[in-house]
Amino acid sequence: MPDPKAVIALEVNGDPVEVAFAPHKTLLEVLREDLGLTGTKHGCELGECGTCAVLVDGAPVLSCLVLGLACAGRRVRTVEGMAEDGRLHPLQEAFADLGAAQCGYCTPAFLLTAEALLAANPRPTRDDIKQALAGNLCRCTGYIKIYEAVELAAARMRGEDARPAPETLYGR
Amino acid sequence: MAGDRDLRVVGKAHRKVDAAAKVTGTTKFADDLALPRMLWCRLLRSPHPHAEIVAIDTARALAAPGVRAVITGKDLPIPFGILPVSQDEHALCPDRVRFVGDPVAAVAATTEEAATAALDLIEVTYRTLPAIGSPEEAVATPEPRIHDYGDAGNLHKLIDLEFGDVAEGFAEADVVREDLFFFGGNTHLPMEQHAALAEWSGERKLTIWSSTQTPHYVHRALAKVLDLPPARIRVIATPNGGGFGGKSDPFGHEIVVARLAMLTGRPVKVALTREEVFYCHRGRHPTLMWVRTGVKKDGAITAMHFRSLLDGGGYGSYGVASTYYTGALQTVTYQVPRYKFQGARAFTNKPPCGPKRGHGTPQPRFALEVQLDKLAEQLDLDPAEMRLRHLQPPNAVTANWLRIGSMGLGRCIEKVVEGSGWKDKFRKLPHGRGVGLACSSYISGAGLPIYWNNMPHSGVQLRCDRGGGVTVFCGSTDIGQGSDSILAYIVAEVLGIDPFEISIVTADTDLTPIDLGSYSSRVTLMSGNAALQAAERARELIAGPAARRLDVPASRLVFAAGRVFDAEDPDKGMSFAEAVQAAEAAVGTIGTVGSYTPPRSPGRYRGAGVGPSPAYSYSACVAAVDVDPATGIVTVPTIWIAHDVGRSINAAAVLGQVEGSIYMGLGEALMEEMVHRDQERRLVHKWPSLLEYKSPTTLEMCDVVTYLVEDPDPNGPFGAKEVGQGPLLPVMPAVANAVYDAVGVRVDEVPITPEKVLKALRRKGKGEEGRVGPTSFPDVPWPEPTRVPTPWEGGDGKAADGAHPAAAVRPERQH
Repeated sequence: MPDPKAVIALEVNGDPVEVAFAPHKTLLEVLREDLGLTGTKHGCELGECGTCAVLVDGAPVLSCLVLGLACAGRRVRTVEGMAEDGRLHPLQEAFADLGAAQCGYCTPAFLLTAEALLAANPRPTRDDIKQALAGNLCRCTGYIKIYEAVELAAARMRGEDARPAPETLYGR
Repeated sequence: MAGDRDLRVVGKAHRKVDAAAKVTGTTKFADDLALPRMLWCRLLRSPHPHAEIVAIDTARALAAPGVRAVITGKDLPIPFGILPVSQDEHALCPDRVRFVGDPVAAVAATTEEAATAALDLIEVTYRTLPAIGSPEEAVATPEPRIHDYGDAGNLHKLIDLEFGDVAEGFAEADVVREDLFFFGGNTHLPMEQHAALAEWSGERKLTIWSSTQTPHYVHRALAKVLDLPPARIRVIATPNGGGFGGKSDPFGHEIVVARLAMLTGRPVKVALTREEVFYCHRGRHPTLMWVRTGVKKDGAITAMHFRSLLDGGGYGSYGVASTYYTGALQTVTYQVPRYKFQGARAFTNKPPCGPKRGHGTPQPRFALEVQLDKLAEQLDLDPAEMRLRHLQPPNAVTANWLRIGSMGLGRCIEKVVEGSGWKDKFRKLPHGRGVGLACSSYISGAGLPIYWNNMPHSGVQLRCDRGGGVTVFCGSTDIGQGSDSILAYIVAEVLGIDPFEISIVTADTDLTPIDLGSYSSRVTLMSGNAALQAAERARELIAGPAARRLDVPASRLVFAAGRVFDAEDPDKGMSFAEAVQAAEAAVGTIGTVGSYTPPRSPGRYRGAGVGPSPAYSYSACVAAVDVDPATGIVTVPTIWIAHDVGRSINAAAVLGQVEGSIYMGLGEALMEEMVHRDQERRLVHKWPSLLEYKSPTTLEMCDVVTYLVEDPDPNGPFGAKEVGQGPLLPVMPAVANAVYDAVGVRVDEVPITPEKVLKALRRKGKGEEGRVGPTSFPDVPWPEPTRVPTPWEGGDGKAADGAHPAAAVRPERQH
């Protein structure tokens, strides 16, 4: 017989949620399999690639290394929660504008990790961005469009009328 | 052609049509799919590198809780493989395993946990066989054979081609150099692990969703192995979470879930673990190379003789094509009047190698560009100047009968030389800092299909509805490179509508016409040309009735900004939707098709099928390095890259491909490596994990300065050539050449690890040659050469002895 399910209450993307799941499940599995939030991806399920990162109480965590049970009463934010009222988050806009999402598989984790960075540091340097995103692997972009998108979004979130530099879109 | 008009969409930077889906996490990848009553599949894999399967007992597994089916090799006895000449794989090994990780049995159960637990209950009795760990061993050990086919013993493929008299060329040379190089094997490492979901319907129809780059070839493999009519099989390629060539073979797990779905009558899904992705592999062939090149004092090449020995791993995969590719493109950058290529691919008991970004061409490009750097030094020439002097001209036919179209390499070299400040840096920077230059070229799609046929390589259907909606159907597969978007931009350009209002339906064998797949950098050129033709036909169909309604000649109509109007009186016009309505009233439902077949290549010899392409892209690269002589650690602060893309369809997407290529090349140059532990001949992968297989993070990635050179090629849609693979190629040799500039040692192999740099520095310090790299090439039993006269010898593209007349119509090796 399977283990009896655990039931927890938590907040997911601002909504109060109750969910029942086998107690050994990771937050990653609970999100994808029990809450249908497949926007959170996995690349290794061993804590190596950063692809499954979500925010728990505002901090990026690897959802493959966190038990679902440990999230009772916590605030979990996934990529599905970033757009509000049908409007993309500035980071999502910037990633879309610059092609910072190619295959898009690592993108949710990059977006959420960057969101946590900008919450703590609205004016990050390029090095700050590299440090913050060093735990997330991307095989498509070479990270460059991601840095540029985070910088563009940061500027827009500070209220600046920022546009991509021409060489960002057209080369030199 | 349409490219002559003022372009409104093409060439601009756009979002991709799926950008919003990607950034909101709503794109459905294969493992995001689930169906009611779905079973989970897991595969049992071999713990031995080489063994006979004596017996498999599945009874205990079948009796385990939740298990609904267990199958083994005898349930899927028909072999398959991507190339017609190497149908050497089974979905599950029936009698022999050939590498650690080869699948031998599969379980379908109600949960993934139950399927995993049941694997432990399958009892396999193996009789181990001697394992072969390297191509050198394969050369020395013809028996026992890993496969019962192949050109000699454990050598899968042997090639010997000679174009012109190389001995004569070497005799004319002022300097002749021989060098040995080794390119280590590495893997694609897509962030998405392969996954597949199969459903067998009550109507006895199979549907499979899979993270594949080549749904058409998966369709063919399923039909063959399952012995089903292709019309009963529907393959849907889900958006790939990265591919890079690693998802372009049909895989056993795809066939297994299909068979399990048919057996159980329930949907079955498999999602590979990261470890299993390392076993699927099909990555870069480790390649040993020997190059002999003769040059005049001004650097003009008089002859080149190139040998490669590829470590193929346990199966054929694309390996025959890969082997030819290690000898095909040496001739398309600089003039090589006489050329000889000998290539060999060995079977070894390791995960099979295949096509990774650049497919077979990064290895020889590394060797060639490092050797040119050595030659330039020997001749006291600037490496950039030397290359510029001897470029192939546009529209040339090479010694090995490749027809070049547009050729922007000269402008590429000039851009990076100027942008990097090359002339102030080369051989002038302080010890520990250096710059290196290298160039490359790549195909924009293979000239021939993988299996012989004379049908188009890409097809598009297009429908226009009376609301002004346009839907484009194409078999092409978006693996993140943006192929769906390319279709939209091209159709939008021709029909004068918003690309984001076009619906794109791709990669579904029930709904979309064939596109051969996302490999060989073929998709923009081939599906783009098919889309262009379909759109131009639609415009023509609509223009006549619209012109009549407006009472202007159709030739004066402009399709732009969602309107169809008179060029001489723009107010006189109608909306695109009204124009479609006029056309529908006049001729009925508006639908068109377009297709693309590459031009015929002039080569007619056996082996001429690999290398021809409708167009070649060109890249030049300068890498700056800092080398710490105390630790051997190489860091790359900046790479300058210029790429001749013909014409950008979407400039931002082109930049993204260039930057991604530089990134992947940097990983190959410095750290990425497939390594197998050889203790007691176990040949176990040393680090099948994302942590231990080192790839560049944000902290290792360099700055990239990109210059786009646009030299439109008449064969490309609007002049476009490839960009997804070519810019990777020059990175490894540019870094190697820069390391030499920095500290005066040659690491003639990749990855250029700190240990190798230190070893070379130590040797230099002791007064020995400051070099690390291979020192010998084994005695391969080369066949009699096929001699092909060059174009300037009056050749006709055929072998001199007129042998292999069949090759003219049916080249043995394609792709």
